[in-house]
Amino acid sequence: MTQPQAVAASGVQFAYGDRQALRGVDFEVDCGAAFGFLGPNGSGKSTLFKLLSTLVPLQRGAVSILGHSLALEAASIRRRIGVVFQSPAVDKKLTVQENLRYGGLMLGLGGAALHARVDACLDAAKLTDRRKDNVEELSGGLRRRVEIAKCLLSQPDLVLLDEASTGLDPAARREMWAVLRAQEGLTVLFTTHLMEEAAEADRLMLLDEGNVVAQGRPGELMEEVGGQVIEIESAAAQDLQVQLKSELSVEATLLDQTLRIDGESVHELVPAIMERCGDRVRRLQLAHPSLEDVFLQRTGKRFVVTAPEEPAKKRRRR
Amino acid sequence: MSKAVFSLWHREIVRFLRDRSRLTGSLMQPVIFWVLFSGALNNSVQFGGMENYSEYFFSGTLAMITLFTAIFATITVIEDRKEGFLQGVLVSPVPRAAIALGKILGGATLGVGLAVIFLVLAPFAGISLELGNVLMGLGVLTLLAVAVTGLGFVLAWLMDSAAGYHGIMMLFLMPMLLLSGAFFPIEKAHWLISWIRHVNPMTYGVGALRHALHGEAQGCPTFAVCLIGTTVFAVATFSLGTYVVTRRSARDAA
Repeated sequence: MTQPQAVAASGVQFAYGDRQALRGVDFEVDCGAAFGFLGPNGSGKSTLFKLLSTLVPLQRGAVSILGHSLALEAASIRRRIGVVFQSPAVDKKLTVQENLRYGGLMLGLGGAALHARVDACLDAAKLTDRRKDNVEELSGGLRRRVEIAKCLLSQPDLVLLDEASTGLDPAARREMWAVLRAQEGLTVLFTTHLMEEAAEADRLMLLDEGNVVAQGRPGELMEEVGGQVIEIESAAAQDLQVQLKSELSVEATLLDQTLRIDGESVHELVPAIMERCGDRVRRLQLAHPSLEDVFLQRTGKRFVVTAPEEPAKKRRRR
Repeated sequence: MSKAVFSLWHREIVRFLRDRSRLTGSLMQPVIFWVLFSGALNNSVQFGGMENYSEYFFSGTLAMITLFTAIFATITVIEDRKEGFLQGVLVSPVPRAAIALGKILGGATLGVGLAVIFLVLAPFAGISLELGNVLMGLGVLTLLAVAVTGLGFVLAWLMDSAAGYHGIMMLFLMPMLLLSGAFFPIEKAHWLISWIRHVNPMTYGVGALRHALHGEAQGCPTFAVCLIGTTVFAVATFSLGTYVVTRRSARDAA
């Protein structure tokens, strides 16, 4: 049976002035699924997030969110989504409870309904005992849970998270996801540059320079690459590449001073490599393909993340 | 929408009251200005047919309080954008006009509140407070506070940095105050200054305050003209604030 769709997008394009951030993106998200956007800095995932969260207007393409047209019914969409940005949207000068209370008022809640909803969200995010604390006194993980609690106030059908787990330790990240997974039927769209977080998605889309380079279940994407991967770090990577070719007839790809050999049963090469070239090997790793390998195979580039992604500097307001 | 406006308005007040340095600075700065200028000029100059400079400068100080409070209240728009709070509001179901309403009313409330505290010092300037002129003064202060907060909101909404906003404030808002007659009369100034005075909306706000508190205001337009000018100023900046906030653009992503 076909799942109803929470989001359907086709031909989405977006440009900041003359810089094209998205170049025709298509995807569909089933209701209740966790769908991830994975990409390095400048891949366009944050722009896509801003479009889907209704923060910026759609320029080209068609997007339907929960049955509403993004271009025509942004207000209807906002009533049914919760959004957590990379930079915290909670007020650090206020307490946890005040943040939620103001958030509830913005949604038009009041009186007993507001109290009940605030209490329910504090409980869902396990923040009841921290309700009186000032947000600026909380740890990064707890602040994120305040954000999650705030975004659940509207009882959304869809939650969008932009690099929401950036800066969180693994335990805090797990807690954040536990709160979200506990919401029955909730669809979650998230952007990330963390491989381990992306691997948890039901479906994943890999982006590079505004293009979709791969889409599917994380496990299936990795299986498509197939075989095994040897990565060798060396101070003389180019010399080692030549040596591997001449002495073992092995074709290795050089990327950023790291040699890669992939294929079926490449593990059989390891003893020979260490015997012939061991003095040039700083580190050798044998593994099954990861999402990074999927990205590498599709783009020919390593997945490099430097600093947190900054929005493109605007030219002049339009 | 009213709950959203209340929420944003209330947040402005709570944040202001919790920020002791802002509270102290906003209250003390105009008082110090008034005391220093009055102390220096009381025996030297007489303006506008008033007994002394402290009386003349009292209305100007009230206008300065509303302007400075508006500047510091609306600079939070830039902080909210930088800190991410504004993005959260922009993607909520709140109509965007509510953002302008909440912020402008919040800043205006603070401006009027601080001006009322300063108003208590009126007898020290030789101004007798009676119910009639206090009520008129409050009405004018409210209009002026909405006008200057609306102006500050528009400028802050269009600015990317607090430093840039301070630059604009010194370039644009301070001359507006100086050329309004708040500090000194300028009706006999150079023709260019005199022309600027006539198109400067603060002139009408300061004039209206003088009329309301002193019963007369030599060198100012009539009370009716001042009231109309201040009302037009308030409606224009309030409308402009609502307009700029309701435009959706790629800039919202910043």
